[in-house]
Amino acid sequence: MLTIAATAQEAVAGVHDGATVLIGGFGNAGQPMELIDALLQGGATDLTVVNNNAGQADAGLALLIKERRVRKIICSFPRQSDSWHFDAAYRAGEIELELVPQGNLAERIRAAGAGIGGFFTPTGYGTMLAEGKETRVIDGRGYVLESPIHADFALIKALKADKVGNLVYRKTARNFGPIMAAAAKQAIVQVSEIVETGQIDPEAVITPGIYVDTVVRIEPPASGPAAPSSTEHEVNQ
Amino acid sequence: MSEKLSRDALAQLVARDIKPGSYVNLGIGQPTLVSNYLTPEQEVTLHTENGMLGMGPEAHGDQIDEDLINAGKIPVTELPGASYFHHADSFAMMRGGHLDVCVLGAFQVSATGDLANWHTGAPDAIPAVGGAMDLATGAKDVYVMMSLFTKDGRSKLVPECSYPLTGVGCVTRVYTNEAVFLISSEGVRVRETFGTTVEELQAKMDVKLLPPL
Repeated sequence: MLTIAATAQEAVAGVHDGATVLIGGFGNAGQPMELIDALLQGGATDLTVVNNNAGQADAGLALLIKERRVRKIICSFPRQSDSWHFDAAYRAGEIELELVPQGNLAERIRAAGAGIGGFFTPTGYGTMLAEGKETRVIDGRGYVLESPIHADFALIKALKADKVGNLVYRKTARNFGPIMAAAAKQAIVQVSEIVETGQIDPEAVITPGIYVDTVVRIEPPASGPAAPSSTEHEVNQ
Repeated sequence: MSEKLSRDALAQLVARDIKPGSYVNLGIGQPTLVSNYLTPEQEVTLHTENGMLGMGPEAHGDQIDEDLINAGKIPVTELPGASYFHHADSFAMMRGGHLDVCVLGAFQVSATGDLANWHTGAPDAIPAVGGAMDLATGAKDVYVMMSLFTKDGRSKLVPECSYPLTGVGCVTRVYTNEAVFLISSEGVRVRETFGTTVEELQAKMDVKLLPPL
């Protein structure tokens, strides 16, 4: 049964200390900024966060790290020109980093949602990121055993939901959203628009509502990209 | 050719070598320049790891849309025929051998095609790998673009990489400002040189070079 939360704070109220939280987004595209801000205000700490990056500039995930609420981060690309809060926490030894090649990160998340206990991937074979991991040569090619990444919560951003939680996304903001929704015990989604059930073409649904637990509508910025896109999407149907 | 190639001339050469109809991923940095020289007649489709095929040129002005970016997080545009997909699909596409070519930068390439391009190994460096290992492992052909020598004159095409590896035996061609090298089971063959000769290069390199066919 889908919960439609009134505010971002209410949507993330269940996130507890020590939780593992998948956070969607690649750079700022698809980053659920308001949900992360609500998590920051809510006070949950000792978190394990899974994201492609480790926060940018002075917003979103970067602030969670700045406030030392993240015990461990699992990501592919922490170091960027504006990842100063992560850099400081890492150099101070105040955050644990598990670095994962991006495709292995995505597949480990997908595997969790799909009930896969582990998989052999060629990515990383023969490199230092495979050290200590089980390997196997299959048909002459080397593979590394990787494990699923399960999580308590996923915080993601989609364009639109209906009242049973079906989701559509927008352009490259889709990125990790669909696989994170499936991998978490509870998927919490911020959207620009909530429509009546039946108003999303079933052929256009990207994440079926079975994976979604909570949605909250966040007013898109007046000049933002979300408003024109929803029109665009309806035209496409 | 009588002169060493500029970065743009090198990008033009790589673009010319990409077969018509190819699906291609261009790495961040110098490889991105290749897109400037792909012609419409080549009908090359660009892939970006963050979930898109049919990526168009960089967006400017009113075209900028924060939901439409490339792997370098630069705003881009979409071309007719574009498609979007989630991250696991994007990397399955890569790992599953569906991309014809990826073009990457490198710190070092070994004579057997090992690639080092993600980490200098410096103890105080914060490591970041992104999609480099997936690209190196997954594409049918991995082309590297780099300058052949470091600033202090050491070859970056080496018998064995000293930097941490990105992928093992994955590079098939190395495009440099002084020569193009083809890597196969027979060894490292020079395809062409720019402003130098095979003999001059061999004198400065530890890798055994096979002459152009």
